[in-house]
Amino acid sequence: MTDTIEQVAVAVTVNGKRVKRFVDPRTLLIHFLREEMNLTGSHIGCETSHCGACTVEMDGLSVKSCTVFAVQANDSEVNTVEGLANADGTLHALQEGFRQMHGLQCGFCTPGMLMRAKVLLAENPDPSEDEIRFGIAGNLCRCTGYQNIVKAIQYAADKLNGRAHKEAAE
Amino acid sequence: MQPALLLQRTHFYRRNNKKSCYPTGSQFHGGNKLIPGPFTYHRPSSVAEALAVLAAHGDEARPLAGGHSLIPMMKLRMATPEHLVDLGAIKELAGIRADGAEIVIGATTTQAELIKSDLLAGKVPIIRETALQIADPQIRSKGTLGGNVANGDPGNDMPAVMQCLDARYVLQGKGGERIVAARDFYQGAYFTALQEGEILVAVRIPTPAAGHGSAYEKLKRKIGDYATAAAAVILTLSGGKVSSAAITLTNVGSTPLFAEEAGKLVIGTTCDAATAKKAAEAAMAITDPATDGRGTAAYRRAMAGVMTARALVKAFARAQTGA
Repeated sequence: MTDTIEQVAVAVTVNGKRVKRFVDPRTLLIHFLREEMNLTGSHIGCETSHCGACTVEMDGLSVKSCTVFAVQANDSEVNTVEGLANADGTLHALQEGFRQMHGLQCGFCTPGMLMRAKVLLAENPDPSEDEIRFGIAGNLCRCTGYQNIVKAIQYAADKLNGRAHKEAAE
Repeated sequence: MQPALLLQRTHFYRRNNKKSCYPTGSQFHGGNKLIPGPFTYHRPSSVAEALAVLAAHGDEARPLAGGHSLIPMMKLRMATPEHLVDLGAIKELAGIRADGAEIVIGATTTQAELIKSDLLAGKVPIIRETALQIADPQIRSKGTLGGNVANGDPGNDMPAVMQCLDARYVLQGKGGERIVAARDFYQGAYFTALQEGEILVAVRIPTPAAGHGSAYEKLKRKIGDYATAAAAVILTLSGGKVSSAAITLTNVGSTPLFAEEAGKLVIGTTCDAATAKKAAEAAMAITDPATDGRGTAAYRRAMAGVMTARALVKAFARAQTGA
């Protein structure tokens, strides 16, 4: 069976760069990113669309790349944590927020958290704490208890809205 | 009976892995990846083309919508289609529109699109209210209405809501199109009226009367979980009293349940506490939940009653205030 399967061409824009590869149709987007593109920032946590560590941005939406076939991403724009920093190399407001507010401990969930938060702030530039918590409900963190992740996202929202961030990390 | 399949607990399938999940010297190239079996990929651009592929391969082919039920099942080899027919490129399957006295929602419309729709928020707010209680933001980006209702998983939320709205499913097969009412569609867990080679292409919803009240009350252990029990209510008022009502239940039987008797009990009332209790008892009487991680059968039956009573009171208050 396996050797009769035809490889399928996939053309995806990853972090602004158009790439084309031939893949086995069953290749999941997370494996495509990590193994074909060597972009290992997106993590494999549960592989069951539960934990959110593999979250990437696809055509402006947050998706769990462990539950999307690479072929489904054909002709789409995918952004991963590797493309998050500003063009001049300085940190994105979210990355700065996670650093300043201690929004991570072991860091495993962080790439997914950052990419989810990026889309959350694009859809809702000034979210309340409740909206942030509802918005990151598909991303699990086993270290922080979420307090400082929420603050990190508030920090980024403040910065992107041109306000000073007043709260300290826990 | 509930099926043993609980997609959200699939990490238990790692229990038998003796080795590390990530062998040395490779990037996740070991034998322990949760990856689906091999299949030939088809990406038709029309329903006719998709039906032709399905017809050519019979039960070896399956349609793929958002994939958030099918891909996890394929990872576990509970589904091993040799041909996967991706419906994602078929434009006629997407979108939400008003059509006379009905609202028509294309099968591949995602939960996120349902939530963002002003038409639905204005005319059928129970759909947005329900979609917001399904899974999490990332899954709502991909999961579709058509997949949610066609899969026949008793844990899915939209089937009961579609029964409550008395929606019709539009099914297309090689022989043409047929319409099946949501209330007649479900036969058992994962068994529906959908025939081999057919695709559910759209859901047609009779637009509820202006001023109706609705609510979807779902008890769950955490975000992303299936319901321990959930109830949908849609009712209309006349002279301050209920003139029509529909009540349906999620995940307390092998199919969604239309609680017809419970609905009749609230006609002519103001959904006062005594009436809500009577209706809740009538709803509980038709349930047959399984004992599982969400609770015992007795607990889940009781919660079906609590959700029914809460949904009734909420829907009545919304109808009164026009909210």
